[in-house]
Amino acid sequence: MHAQLNAVIDAFPYLLFGAVNTALIVLTAMGIGLVIGVVVAVGLVYGPGWLKLLLSAYLWFFRGVPILALLFLFYFGLFSYLNIQINALAAVAVVLGCTTGAYQANIFRGAIMSLPRGQFRAASALGMSDAAAIRSIILPQALRISIPAWSNEYSIILKDSALAFVIGAPEIMARAQFVASRTYQHLPLYLAAGLLYFLLTWAGVSALRKLEHKVRIPGYSGEEQT
Amino acid sequence: MNSREIPVLQADKISKSFSGQRILNRVSVNLKRGEIKVLIGPSGGGKSTLLQCINCLVLPDEGSISLAGAEVDLRNKKSLYQLRQQVGMIFQDFNLFDHLNALDNITIALRKVKKISRTAAEQRARLELEQVGLGDKTDLYPAQLSGGQKQRVAIARALAMDPQVLLLDEPTSALDPELIGEVIAVIRSLAGKGMTMLMATHQISLISTLADEILFMEAGVIVEQGAPSQLLVPGCGSKSAGFCDRLSELADGECRC
Repeated sequence: MHAQLNAVIDAFPYLLFGAVNTALIVLTAMGIGLVIGVVVAVGLVYGPGWLKLLLSAYLWFFRGVPILALLFLFYFGLFSYLNIQINALAAVAVVLGCTTGAYQANIFRGAIMSLPRGQFRAASALGMSDAAAIRSIILPQALRISIPAWSNEYSIILKDSALAFVIGAPEIMARAQFVASRTYQHLPLYLAAGLLYFLLTWAGVSALRKLEHKVRIPGYSGEEQT
Repeated sequence: MNSREIPVLQADKISKSFSGQRILNRVSVNLKRGEIKVLIGPSGGGKSTLLQCINCLVLPDEGSISLAGAEVDLRNKKSLYQLRQQVGMIFQDFNLFDHLNALDNITIALRKVKKISRTAAEQRARLELEQVGLGDKTDLYPAQLSGGQKQRVAIARALAMDPQVLLLDEPTSALDPELIGEVIAVIRSLAGKGMTMLMATHQISLISTLADEILFMEAGVIVEQGAPSQLLVPGCGSKSAGFCDRLSELADGECRC
């Protein structure tokens, strides 16, 4: 018991730094995914036919191929083929960003389509351009509706980021595995890794819950709930 | 030429089909400044489509639209945006922006379309809200307003853009009977100030007292057109009179406005 505890205590700063890397990967990926997701969703709802076709191909690709395969494909395949020098952390962030971008696009698309058509129509009737209507009327509402699903996406991507260890990105999982293989204290180290993931999930999900509460529209149902 | 004689709005031979079905068949409407015309007729007759074609929320298949004598290029998005700035629209189901309070429902277009500063936009919005009797509701969101209040905010929102013409698509039809009166009062005061309006309505009191002209639409065509004093004479046998009689019979059971 003593040896196990010591192993975790000794390795903790090292693991914690891994958690910082994990957080960086996930925040970057979610940020990339947010930009891609909003642009793709708007294109899918309001764009011309050829653009819709192109964007759904993007969605099919990133939703249809496992993240592990994508990581190998991009890191060992595409990036080295194109001679792009990129470290493992950045590569993971880009691949996860493109993947979550596809899923987020669908979240936002669903939210946009759930808005009453009259919202866009009323904006047009006031002389707003399509772009202004989407920016000022449609997206502020659609993004609010999307927060719960987006928070799901965050917790999924956070845990998918553990796959980064296969290409050697120094995040939680890679570091836990590295220490465990040297100290043979598998149980306490993977428990510690699990705990770190849990804490990151909890922090992100509760922050998003707060955000949801903060931007809710007064007078709508759901106001009474926490 | 005297500018008063050029109609503010001319919609000429507008046609529109949806999936092969002809909804509007070469319909023409002219509005002179200060004139109020009322569209009546059975549902599905094309009233709503006509209104939406006039400010190009629905693009007409054929026909032309002119504002103050200048024809609008229907294939150019910019000219459509400009047309819509000058032709206000009031919807049956209000369509307030749900995420904005009453004040910002009005300021948003002033700021984003007319590029007016926030302070000036808010000043104007307060003024418009006071005009419709909602000066104390600026901070409330659509979900916190009654139907009648929502429609009054919608009217204030349209008026803040200083439109040349106001199109109203059954502005009282989605309201509970006891809330209709407040909206009618606002529309009456607009008429008193000389606002040019084209309105689809089933509200008998608006038809008989406000209209300079009644347009009776059926199956995508204006089948009758004339002043209420001609068309609504009892026993004159017009479609409009028959239609209004049926409306009043229905209305008598519910409310007197």
